[in-house]
Amino acid sequence: MTVRTDTPEPGPLRGRRRGGTTRRDYRRIGVPDASRRGATAQRSAYPAWFLWPAFAILAVFFLLPTVLNFVYAFTNWSAYHDGVDFVGWQNFQALLGNGDVLIALRTTLIWALLVAVLQNVFGFALALFFERDSRINRTSRAIFFIPVLISPLAIGYIFQALLKPDGALNGMLGGLLGETVSIAWLGDTTWTIVVVSIVQSWKWMGLSMLIYLAGLKSIPEDVLEAAKIDGAGWWRTLRSVRFPLLAPAVTFNVATALLGSMNGFDTVQATTKGGPAGTTEVLNIFIYRTFGQGLYAQATTMSLILFLVVILLAFPIIWALRRREKQLL
Amino acid sequence: MNVKRLTRGVQPILAILACVLIIGIPLYLLVITSFKSDAEAQVPDLSLPTTWHIVENYGRAISDGDVLGGLFGSLLVTVPSVFGVLVLGSAASWVLARRSSKVMGLLYSVGISGIILPPAVVTMVLTLQSLGLDGSALGMIGVYMGMFMATAIFFTTGFVRNIPVELEEAARIDGASPFTVYLRVVLPLLRPVIATAAILVTLSVWNEVFYAFFVLSGSGASTLPLNLFNVASQSEYVKNWNLIFAYVVLMSIPMVVTFIIAQRRIVAGVTAGAVK
Repeated sequence: MTVRTDTPEPGPLRGRRRGGTTRRDYRRIGVPDASRRGATAQRSAYPAWFLWPAFAILAVFFLLPTVLNFVYAFTNWSAYHDGVDFVGWQNFQALLGNGDVLIALRTTLIWALLVAVLQNVFGFALALFFERDSRINRTSRAIFFIPVLISPLAIGYIFQALLKPDGALNGMLGGLLGETVSIAWLGDTTWTIVVVSIVQSWKWMGLSMLIYLAGLKSIPEDVLEAAKIDGAGWWRTLRSVRFPLLAPAVTFNVATALLGSMNGFDTVQATTKGGPAGTTEVLNIFIYRTFGQGLYAQATTMSLILFLVVILLAFPIIWALRRREKQLL
Repeated sequence: MNVKRLTRGVQPILAILACVLIIGIPLYLLVITSFKSDAEAQVPDLSLPTTWHIVENYGRAISDGDVLGGLFGSLLVTVPSVFGVLVLGSAASWVLARRSSKVMGLLYSVGISGIILPPAVVTMVLTLQSLGLDGSALGMIGVYMGMFMATAIFFTTGFVRNIPVELEEAARIDGASPFTVYLRVVLPLLRPVIATAAILVTLSVWNEVFYAFFVLSGSGASTLPLNLFNVASQSEYVKNWNLIFAYVVLMSIPMVVTFIIAQRRIVAGVTAGAVK
């Protein structure tokens, strides 16, 4: 139970400003010291210099580069000549003109959507499957969490080896079917993006699982009891009672998976490097590649586009998920 | 009733099967390939090695892949980043949670925006160059602190709001300065949430490679994931999977061992922040 109240206390006002009231006055009459009381009292009790170091770091290493992003996307900054001049919308025109932006953007959106859906479906299924607190289930949860700990680059290499045409997966399938299987899992211009999304979801599903499990465990026993008395079976209870009550976990998992994978790089780089034929080239791979070619302004422009797209997506998505929470809870 | 008993009986078997098939096979492939000879590792399959090359492979990974240099670089970057983010972030969170003006609300939004917004990677390099920090561990630490400050602020602010303010009140009435109140009263109460944030930030920084490419490549400094990338990129067509995977095993050991030791706390910590 928090003590913080959001309405002003009817305090013993001495003079014009509420801030003139001392904490002792509040204590004397038994009013708990709410954080929203006098601005002056707050200022002296919680001095601003506690904020400065953290926000100085944020200003220099997060905000400044973001602001510069908006500036340098309109220049000809490159490794091939000295000096930086403004060139207006040239970078945007060039990138839009040859279709690079739209292709990379589409690939990134498909990738992020696939990861968000698969990671959450896998994670939720695992949470339900390992829900009972048995010894085997507890161990299984820990085992499914191991991929979360391993670097995504390393996971990408493991799956590159597993999914090679002469790799372990085709070997196993061949053994089952009794004939040689040589599917190029990572060489298909249509389906490889799905395969790589599954790899990424494989890495992160353990985290989603834990968060869903925590959500499931926080559902009050009496709610489930009531559902049972009303004659609801397992499926009905899940659909009408438990899943709606998981709304905060859904918000967190979907928002972080979707928006986090917009900024994805490692798994794709390690499995396909953006191939075959650029069909898995997400924005960050494009940025990495053009930066490596010395085309700094173009890389900056792409980075700005990524930033703007994430902002454009973040607000409606988080708003919608929050509204869903309010409706359900 | 029979169905229920059946699922109870079958579930443990299915659970073990899921662990073996879904997680076990990829990890088994990782470990077993790291024991194979160069020739055998060319086609990574699930068979046992005909000759075991454990010491040789791991020795080569350590020397060729510069595991020690990478480990040093990773520690040099990870420890100060995590420490800095937690110290500065939790201090800021305390004030952000307790003061209730519009400005604070705005600052809080800015502070946590980094959870979702991607940091501008190219102009980050430019910023570091103008500060003389590009290619240095110090620059990398700054970048990571800027990236993960949001995580620390998000988790600790939410936590502070649930701490009764009377605890601080009592100390303040006894004449304690804000700094003393924070250090003696608030910080000890923040321990669980700081543990949560520490786990998440450590994991993220330890495994981060995209921003490290931009900041550190070409300089003397390196990290474990950067060295892994170099080992894996040494030749375009022939991959020495045994060495790559020996490297992956070595690099993953610190995180996996920490997890096994502190498993309960980590699981509780990771989930505590997300679901309220």
